[in-house]
Amino acid sequence: MFKGLIGKKIGMTQIFDEDGVAIPITLIEAGPCYVTQIREPEKDYYSSVQLGFGEIKLKRLTGGQLGHLKQTDAPPLRHLREFRTRDHDLKPGDKVTVDLFGLGERVDVIGTSKGKGFAGAVKRHGFSGGPKTHGQSDRQRAVGSIGATSGVSRVFKGKKMPGHMGNARVSAQNVKVVLVDTERNLMGVRGSVPGSKGGLVIIKPARKT
Amino acid sequence: MDEILRSVEAKPNENIPQLNPGDLVNVHLRIKEGTRERIQEFKGTVIRLRKGGNNANFTVRRTASNGIGVERTFLLRSPRIEKVKVERKSHVRRAQLYFLRERTGKSSRLKEKIKK
Repeated sequence: MFKGLIGKKIGMTQIFDEDGVAIPITLIEAGPCYVTQIREPEKDYYSSVQLGFGEIKLKRLTGGQLGHLKQTDAPPLRHLREFRTRDHDLKPGDKVTVDLFGLGERVDVIGTSKGKGFAGAVKRHGFSGGPKTHGQSDRQRAVGSIGATSGVSRVFKGKKMPGHMGNARVSAQNVKVVLVDTERNLMGVRGSVPGSKGGLVIIKPARKT
Repeated sequence: MDEILRSVEAKPNENIPQLNPGDLVNVHLRIKEGTRERIQEFKGTVIRLRKGGNNANFTVRRTASNGIGVERTFLLRSPRIEKVKVERKSHVRRAQLYFLRERTGKSSRLKEKIKK
């Protein structure tokens, strides 16, 4: 059975469960998604389902996007994403909604993390930095040594150093679904989800349970 | 988007009356011990109220034995709160009564609010 949705992160709050325990949740506007294309091994050499999400005005789409969507009877959509799957019985134009997922189910939520710009090693990799005192100057957030001297005479590949942080694809794995509202296409998952409010997220069944 | 967020939050607990800083309250809290449920009471002065949807809370301070202050924060919308009884209203001039933390005995008293 195919399970997958595109959604928009709405924000975080907390709700009370039946025992009265407050649990932190992230609310996601999940779907409705429309199947815009089916990739088949005979034609495309792989199988997947392409879903579209986020209705927009017709005139906002380019001619190419319109032509692509015209092959189905889906409304004009802002976002398209493919989900690799072999096992599905979907046709182009089908509607996919939150009722795919049930309460208590485990899902992976994939989003784009908030961009932090060019970040130092303390923020980016959790380095400890240098000492504040004992005659130190300008060393508080320094990287420190980046390797040995004549023995290797180079810096190893992948050495953790300052650089661009965030704005990358991040998965929140194995998060629990605690709220499903089929009427308003809302899904609530326990805990946090990558990205800012209004960011695009992809919801898939958990890979590692 | 905030309206959607607010719509999934719980309704205010009807068993909690309007609270103000300085109120002497008795909070009845439902506590689960294994399968049994019992009510625990906590009596003290409301020293602050915080807003924030489902995270709205209030802190109650009481003086336990040996003059040790105990503060406990309750969620305003928690379904676990059985009831809150306001036993006395005080005249206070601050929203947060943190000054009570430094006071003990006679100086930690608050003047009662006189009804108009």
